[in-house]
Amino acid sequence: MASAYIVVLISFAYVGLLFAIAFYADRRADHGRSLIANPYVYALSLGVYCTSWTFYGSVGRAASSGIGFLPIYFGPTLMALLWWYLLRKMVRVSKANGITSLADLVASRYGRSELLGGIVTVIAVIGIVPYISLQLKAVSNSFAIMLRYPEIAMPAKQADIPLLADNTFYIALLLAAFTILFGTRHLDASERHEGLVAAIAFESLVKLLAFIALGLFVTFSLYHGPGDLFARAAEFPGLERMLHVDGQNIDYTSWASLTFLSMFAILLLPRQFQMAVVENVDERHLNRAAWLLPLYLFAINLFVLPIAFAGMMAFPAGDMDADFFVLTLPMAEQQVWLTLFVFIGGLSAATGMVIVETIALSTMICNSLVMPLLLRLRPLNLQDRADLSGIVLFVRRAGIICVLLLGYAYFRLAGEAYALVSIGLISFAAVAQFAPAVLGGLYWRGATRTGAACGLTGGFAVWVYTLLLPSFARSGWLPLSFIEQGPAGIALLKPLALFGLTGLDDVTHCLFWSLLVNAGLFIGLSLLGSPSVAERIEAGRFVDGGHGGGANSSVEAWRTSATVGELIALTGRFLGVRRAREAFTAYAHGRGYKSNRELPVDTALLRHTETLLVGAIGAASARAVVASVAQEEPLGMHQVMNILDEASQTLAHSRELEQKSMDLERASAELRSANRRLQALDRLKDDFISTVTHELRTPLTSIRAFSEILHDHPDLESGERGKFLGIIVKETERLTRLINQVLDLARLESGNAEWHAAEIDLRDVMEDAAASVGQLFRERGVTLELALPPAVSPVFADRDRVLQVLLNLLSNAAKFCAAGTGRAVMTLSASAEALRIDVADNGPGIGADDQAIIFDKFRQVGDTLTQKPHGSGLGLSICRQIVGHLGGRLWVTSSVGHGATFSFTLPLARAEVESPVAATASPAPA
Amino acid sequence: MTTAAARPARVLVVEDDPSILQSLEFLLRAEGYDTRCAMRGDEALVAIKEFRPDLLVLDVMLPAIDGFEVCLRLRADPATRPIRVLMLTARGRDTEVARGRAAGADDYLTKPFATRELVERVRTLLSAER
Repeated sequence: MASAYIVVLISFAYVGLLFAIAFYADRRADHGRSLIANPYVYALSLGVYCTSWTFYGSVGRAASSGIGFLPIYFGPTLMALLWWYLLRKMVRVSKANGITSLADLVASRYGRSELLGGIVTVIAVIGIVPYISLQLKAVSNSFAIMLRYPEIAMPAKQADIPLLADNTFYIALLLAAFTILFGTRHLDASERHEGLVAAIAFESLVKLLAFIALGLFVTFSLYHGPGDLFARAAEFPGLERMLHVDGQNIDYTSWASLTFLSMFAILLLPRQFQMAVVENVDERHLNRAAWLLPLYLFAINLFVLPIAFAGMMAFPAGDMDADFFVLTLPMAEQQVWLTLFVFIGGLSAATGMVIVETIALSTMICNSLVMPLLLRLRPLNLQDRADLSGIVLFVRRAGIICVLLLGYAYFRLAGEAYALVSIGLISFAAVAQFAPAVLGGLYWRGATRTGAACGLTGGFAVWVYTLLLPSFARSGWLPLSFIEQGPAGIALLKPLALFGLTGLDDVTHCLFWSLLVNAGLFIGLSLLGSPSVAERIEAGRFVDGGHGGGANSSVEAWRTSATVGELIALTGRFLGVRRAREAFTAYAHGRGYKSNRELPVDTALLRHTETLLVGAIGAASARAVVASVAQEEPLGMHQVMNILDEASQTLAHSRELEQKSMDLERASAELRSANRRLQALDRLKDDFISTVTHELRTPLTSIRAFSEILHDHPDLESGERGKFLGIIVKETERLTRLINQVLDLARLESGNAEWHAAEIDLRDVMEDAAASVGQLFRERGVTLELALPPAVSPVFADRDRVLQVLLNLLSNAAKFCAAGTGRAVMTLSASAEALRIDVADNGPGIGADDQAIIFDKFRQVGDTLTQKPHGSGLGLSICRQIVGHLGGRLWVTSSVGHGATFSFTLPLARAEVESPVAATASPAPA
Repeated sequence: MTTAAARPARVLVVEDDPSILQSLEFLLRAEGYDTRCAMRGDEALVAIKEFRPDLLVLDVMLPAIDGFEVCLRLRADPATRPIRVLMLTARGRDTEVARGRAAGADDYLTKPFATRELVERVRTLLSAER
């Protein structure tokens, strides 16, 4: 039939349009100009809450129970008021911890428990399967109805059609293909799908417009406005009761439980979590969405009642499934385009839900169920694989196909027995089981993993028993006696009236018991037990995380020996090498480093690595994998405190050590300088010894030489003989003198000299000295004058030593004065505290440079003179030693060409009472 | 083979101590060498140029230019290079000997030396092949 091809063509064209929008949005996002960073787009994307249930099922429900279709929209409206607080916290906490799915949220909160992640995933998959089957039913039925056009008829019962002839099967496969194409083209660490969000927002718009278009048509075209419509309905037999609010049996319990359920659903349905939390790009969008979504819900529900009434009036025979009034009404009026538009709207609603829900489920299956198992089962194999992104993608796609096939299976098994809405409520009840664990986890620090696990499992078990199994029974796959008499005939365990609780509809009954068990176990076990350290750390992060930035308030430390390269390689195995590198580089830049290599391997980097991996393999696996690379388990608080203690002790120790090493440094510096001084002295000593050696050897040489000459040449002429003997004698004397002086100086310097101090009259000593040198002066033709005061105070000194000094100075004067014209003057003067002696000559004078060295040992002025002067060069050194020891000072005043005056002082006797006539003489400076 | 028979060998003695100088002068003259004396390094260099000795008896400790320096200059000049050098020193260090060798001395004697030793060494040096 031509119409079949048209319908199929239009369907594919519409899906193609969705792809185009998604592709365009992804491209825009890659260029940084995101299409979805817009609160209107965000709010519209949340409209995925409205599925075929809304599009088709609401009218069906309204047809049977009037405004009984409304409560499931009260919940979201009420919840929107709480969004300011509740959803915002979820968004913040999830972003801060890299949460990418509902299972991830629960697993992370309770100490990164893989077990909890698995439980949540199983519950979610089993719970949502009915919901998916409802979409499949809607699509296939609507498709069948369209194909029959212009004949208006309901499709035949599905149960008898073989698998391969079943259109629904192919629809399921096609939806799987679409979903795979939409959601698993690549892996994103944050699990965001920009294209998907744009396509879903567009879809929300389409279904809204389609429904409104139909509503307008029905209200203003079929009838003449709402007033006319309701007036006519009131006249219609059977419809009147529905018009009066008090005439209806409003089951308040039922309404309450439905409102409750939908409040949880808008938050906890995997597709809602995906759109509201994971795909959220800006927290501020929540503000706009808080009133936009209720507005959307209001708009899309505005015409439900009119359409329902119109349908009932158009098809009074009741052979038309009220769920599909939205199609059959315009068909009855030959409105082809409107019918197509409505069909597309319904297709929109169904595909939107299936795609998002299935993607969310497959993410959970992969991250929280399959990957942990795979990583555990063959740890060696998987950890050695270089690139795991292929496996991850494969698991995701397989998950999508499995979920859709399960949806189809449920459709075949149980889809016939229920109206669309009832199927949907089964799923709502399942996701309500997450409420205690999630909401409790976000607000109660004392919630424990055990409590959450048991609560979830218990609640789920009750749900299975009170809702899921009965649905199988009603479809004939389980004996009806199961419902009517209870298992094995035990009346108290009747699944729809547990423990005798009757009077509630199925869903409310299930809700009551399941939440009782769930919350009871959750709260009870959490109170009985206490959270482990890991849980407490996570609890802190989650419960405090709503206040923006509090996510890092807990202390968690890693010790690791990993390198940045290892971490990048690890991440690359799951995300692909290029993406991993990009992510790390971006992180490095964010922390102010120029490249990956500069990143320090600290706690922050390890946590970031974890965050990146969480998107690919889930929080628990990410933690396990990073821990294995880091080769250390995370430390608990207790251990952290120990480490901090140790660290502070070590710090104190090291400060002490630093101090000690500084002291050592100083001490060794002092030692070094002392050593240097000693070495210098050593060198001086060596020099002294070698000089003395030289000085002693010189006279010895001539003594020996001449002795040998005299010995070997017996026939020398006596004159020459005499001369040589004279030299021998002279040199012997010289040698003796030298030896004496050296010993004298050595004794004086080392303090071993003997001192015989007495009170002496210096004039006396000077006269003696003058007499002694008289001969020398006469020989050299130098005159000597004495200038002595009549009387002086005595000095306390060693007479011989003073004489020695005078003789030395005088003989120097004689040596250096020119023969014939030389003149020396010896003067004695007194000051208040000392006597001073000057020996002045009119010799060549001593230059400033030489003045500094003449008191040095073996130094003599005259190295540059033509004549080598006589003497050892030790005289002045000895004089200085002596004078210094006697408490005086010896110095020279001279300038070249103007003679020289040697002067020394001796302290007076009365100041000498405390004179330092000690045995220790200070060593003369060299 | 230069022997004293062809002409008496010329020896220059450089020593700053007069007594030692005298003894050396006597010893060498007694051997029949044509002996000259110098008491300073600079004087020695001048005397070398004028006197053209065959051998130098060179004290290390000299005023102005010391014995090592004299020897080095001697060896630097090709005209004076062949002159034999016997170094004398009173310092007993091994380094002096090495320094002497490095400066180009042919032999080395420490003071006080035995006169026979000195004479022997001089003779050997003077009769050595060029």
